Amino acid sequence: MSARPQNVIPAVQRVPRPDTRANVFRGKPVMPVTEFPAHAVAEAVVPKVALDGISLSYRTTSGERLVALDKINLEVKPGEFLCVVGPSGCGKSTLLHLIAGLQPQTAGTVLVDGKAVVGPGTDRILIFQELGLFPWLTVGGNVEFGMKMKNVPKAEREEKVQYYLRLVHLSKFRNSYIHQLSGGMRQRVALARALATGPDVLLMDEPFAALDAQTRDLLHDELERIWAETGCTIIFVTHNVREAARLGDRVVLLTFRPGRVKEEFRVNLPRPRHMEHPDVTRMARTVLDCLREEINKSLEVEYADEKAR
Amino acid sequence: MKKLAKQVVFYGVLIGIWTLLAKLHIWPPYLFPPPWGVGHALWDGFADHSFWIGIAVTMKRMLIGYSLSVALGMVLGLGVSSSKFLEETVGGLLVSLQSLPSICWIPLAVLWFGLTEKAILFVVLMGSLLSVTIAMEDGRKQMPKIYGMAGRNLGASGFRLFWSVLLPASLPFIVNGMKQGWAFAWRSLIQAEMIFLSLGLGQLLMMGRDLSDMNQVLAVMILIIVLGYLVDGLIFRTMERRLHEKYGLAAA
Repeated sequence: MSARPQNVIPAVQRVPRPDTRANVFRGKPVMPVTEFPAHAVAEAVVPKVALDGISLSYRTTSGERLVALDKINLEVKPGEFLCVVGPSGCGKSTLLHLIAGLQPQTAGTVLVDGKAVVGPGTDRILIFQELGLFPWLTVGGNVEFGMKMKNVPKAEREEKVQYYLRLVHLSKFRNSYIHQLSGGMRQRVALARALATGPDVLLMDEPFAALDAQTRDLLHDELERIWAETGCTIIFVTHNVREAARLGDRVVLLTFRPGRVKEEFRVNLPRPRHMEHPDVTRMARTVLDCLREEINKSLEVEYADEKAR
Repeated sequence: MKKLAKQVVFYGVLIGIWTLLAKLHIWPPYLFPPPWGVGHALWDGFADHSFWIGIAVTMKRMLIGYSLSVALGMVLGLGVSSSKFLEETVGGLLVSLQSLPSICWIPLAVLWFGLTEKAILFVVLMGSLLSVTIAMEDGRKQMPKIYGMAGRNLGASGFRLFWSVLLPASLPFIVNGMKQGWAFAWRSLIQAEMIFLSLGLGQLLMMGRDLSDMNQVLAVMILIIVLGYLVDGLIFRTMERRLHEKYGLAAA
């Protein structure tokens, strides 16, 4: 471990992961949870992120009031990998924006470490679906950006840029510009940029949706590894149930308009996992059965819009 | 290099046709001078320093008027684009004012400032201010919102957000606005100089007319074209191309 610079990574304070074999006695490794298993309750001192009655509504251009999110209650434990799935338009991206503090909610509170969120903060970094990498900066400049804003001394920035670029295997591309990179490489730059800021919570908004299957599989492996190494809490939004089952400790399913928590699934599968593993596939199936109803609802609305024209 | 060869051949042929037409004496030489006549006029103009002085005076006015209009235009453009109210009121006024050719400001400028340097600068300012403002406003609107959000997300706020994120994000639009402003300022200035008759290239052009010296008229026209092209084609286009390369935008 000599490669890891001192003082670069926050001391890993992760709660021990629940032993996946602990639930084997329940007969099947995959099951919806209605309450936290006993060991989780013991661990959950203060949730890393807690959503307390979060609602968001806004007026559309045609003047009607649209409820995007409706009284969402959710707790995420420190070091947990939570996946949020739902049909398109259920407000799952918006939920991340609220947690990131980029947008105010209509009602309710977002708590991080028990403290209410009032604006953006570098303890929560969002990786946007479109990434939002800065084209006028090099790869290194992008990774350095958050630290610069935090007035981290130059020597330390330098060290961290090197460390995180190595972590995402992009050391050679430090001086390249963003448009010179492939889609998968850009994803990794975004990941490095987010991690370099030293967040406790990583918010990811369908980050791998636009990638081909091979690249995505690779990035899943890398993300899982980096998550294990850094011990950060991840809230990962996707519409891909297999991706959710592949990555998440827990999968939360949102309903379509208004977005509510419909169901929660605990994924007690050993890691590292693989997309094609039968257990992952079975888990995805379970989530999908539950999701299908919501997808149909969203499609009905879309078709109705189409007809109305 | 192939492109350059094509251009050399093209201009060679063009001058050849011109020479031919002049040799045929279809029109009298004082109306249709041969290329060497214009060449002589150019040579003489530079030799007796009148062209140098004209260029210097015109460029000085250009720099002052243009700098003013860029500075003001940026402030106005940012202002208009940052408020819905201003956009709907001032924004509309700016667009309608832009339909006014800049030469129409001359009577007003003369009455306000007299036949002075100030009046010329005023015309240049009015001629290019609007296009800079509108380009800035458009640019600010077209700038992807994601950069601002990503910047705030990574801990930037206030002045640092503006300086490190919003400004570089809108740089391609700013350069585009500056380029358009330059083109408008250049046209307005030459027009104004033709009427104010106080040194400058515009006056040299009118002097050629007053002396019925077609050679000088054409020589000054060529000068105006070359100068305009040098700044627009070389400076601004190079800047734009570099920027587009760096930002990975489609080649313009």
